[in-house]
Amino acid sequence: MSSQPTSVAVRPDGTAARPTAFQRWSVPALTLAGLAVLLWVGQSGALTKYTQTVIMFMAVNVIVSASLNLVNGYMGEFSCGHGGFMAVGAYVSSVLGVLLFAKDRVFGPPLLPPEWALVGFPLIVLVGGLAAALAGLLVAIPSFRTRGDYLAIITIAANYIVISAVENLDVIGGSRGFMGMKRVVKAMGRAWDLPWMLLWSFGFAVFTLWILRRFVYSTYGKGVMAICQDEVAAEIMSVNTNRMKVAAFMLSSGLAGVAGGLFAHIVGYVNPGSFGILKSTEALVMVYLGGMGSLSGSVLSAVLFTLLLEALRPLQIIKWIVVPLLLILLMQFRPEGILGNRELADVFPGLRRFFRFK
Amino acid sequence: MLSTIVQNLLNALQWGSFYALIALGYSLVYGVLLLINFAHGDVFMVGAYIGFFVATFLLTQAAGLPGWVVLAVTIPATMALTAVVGVTLERVAYRPLRRKGANRLYVVITALMAGLILEHGNLALLGASRKKFPELINEVVYTVGGVSFTNLKIAVILAAFAVFVLLHFIVTRTKIGMAMRAISYDKFAVPLMGIPIDTVIVFTFILGSSMAGLAGVLFAMSYPVLEPYMGALIGWKAFIAAVVGGIGDIRGAFVGGFLLGAVEILVVAFFPSTFRDLIAFTVLLVILSFKPTGLFGVAKTTKI
Repeated sequence: MSSQPTSVAVRPDGTAARPTAFQRWSVPALTLAGLAVLLWVGQSGALTKYTQTVIMFMAVNVIVSASLNLVNGYMGEFSCGHGGFMAVGAYVSSVLGVLLFAKDRVFGPPLLPPEWALVGFPLIVLVGGLAAALAGLLVAIPSFRTRGDYLAIITIAANYIVISAVENLDVIGGSRGFMGMKRVVKAMGRAWDLPWMLLWSFGFAVFTLWILRRFVYSTYGKGVMAICQDEVAAEIMSVNTNRMKVAAFMLSSGLAGVAGGLFAHIVGYVNPGSFGILKSTEALVMVYLGGMGSLSGSVLSAVLFTLLLEALRPLQIIKWIVVPLLLILLMQFRPEGILGNRELADVFPGLRRFFRFK
Repeated sequence: MLSTIVQNLLNALQWGSFYALIALGYSLVYGVLLLINFAHGDVFMVGAYIGFFVATFLLTQAAGLPGWVVLAVTIPATMALTAVVGVTLERVAYRPLRRKGANRLYVVITALMAGLILEHGNLALLGASRKKFPELINEVVYTVGGVSFTNLKIAVILAAFAVFVLLHFIVTRTKIGMAMRAISYDKFAVPLMGIPIDTVIVFTFILGSSMAGLAGVLFAMSYPVLEPYMGALIGWKAFIAAVVGGIGDIRGAFVGGFLLGAVEILVVAFFPSTFRDLIAFTVLLVILSFKPTGLFGVAKTTKI
């Protein structure tokens, strides 16, 4: 087959309707290349442990901002309790991990051989995500009847409910926090010496973007954007808005739970205080910095925001004056964020020739 | 038995007074601008600190003044200075966005960030050490039939009620109150009628912030430990109280504040005190699920 078949239907934006082999395989190839680079970085010690941690936080923040973008950007609701769902995911996966694969003072010897952590780790992170998705119902069901500011309150209340529920559970440490996840990560490392946390955080970040992209641009998922445009009209156009909202909230909070699980295993310690309103505010900042309804914007802003936080670390407490100030300036001069509601490929149409991400 | 109930009722009224005073500020601003002023809880915190500085200044510079004189000067001064903070916030952060006709959401984000700046600016300027509010008046404990209360507690409750009556009078009976209601009714027609919309908005912020300043002083007198994060949680809770009452409505904020106070005191009376937030927020979530626009809110119909 020649590289430029003449009879291919061409879309108005100049791309071929049928993706070429290059377009089809460039994203998976890039993902694999990314994994390979991370593998090399982790094994060779080319980057310090600190830089590696920053990369992992970037991946976690990508998941957080992209998943919140589904609700706040694509669906146009104002959810400000994302930290609560991260807490659910973090705690469920941490407790499961320690219970199954590590020796602990409270839970006793591991229930399964620690080597199984290799397979078990992604599963416990996903179970944490599932639990967080169920917690998302706490917000999804009231959202049938409420919108806007009232829903914002419900999400804040849900965040506080989760945090103070965890604080009152003494089995998992209460407000003192919970630790032991490092042993699970070590168990994975002993079974097969690879930089597992790097690989998994990157993998889950790509997985999140892929699943969100698939969801939002599917025929079913277009209902989410329809709700954002006009809820009543969407209802009339046969979008089952209630079911749509449940799906969007559960997907969003579930992915936040995945991010929480990864975060817990990267840091090796969780306490309820680290998932409070401040965490939720960070997530909001990333969504609006990147642009509502733009996945590539979320990725960009998550990366930039993580770098910014790390760069400002020497300023200590001043950091939390500089960051909000930057955001206020952003709101004054470019309120739609970095990319607005466009994707990277809309800003640079030439990029379309190189990849197809669906 | 009866005395326990009355005792708890008094506690609830006092605790609810703080929520009500802060919730009034949220509600006023929301009623006029449809803006959730998330920085309001931190304005309350700033108010408490301003009160602390004014009181300490007076006590050290003009030593020998009786406590009640200091208090009588501190309260209006704090209210005025806190109002300046609130109005500055409006002028610097919110008004440029409003002029540009920016989406409401951007204003909300700005408010959130302004709150963070107030919190951490305070932390950076004054350090993490807690401040102790000076004792201005002697707390006198009265005991009537097994119910004990202090003069401070009564003063707080009375202040909250007085503020409510005053605000209700301003909003319903005065010209500027009418202008405030008019703006919330139709933002576009009001300037055409020759009503200076910015003046009215500034007035709203003055009212709301000075109430937060009053609440700050009263709170600091009742619980005399100041720290930069004191406004965050109480601010969020007061906001929730305002929403439960039906945000935008003065009565709603007032009732919501006392309701939240009552729920919290009741929870502490029967459960371990760490359950306070959990149960209080759950109750509010349930109320909002059944009455989505709050107790006094009126559901708006959506036109197609």
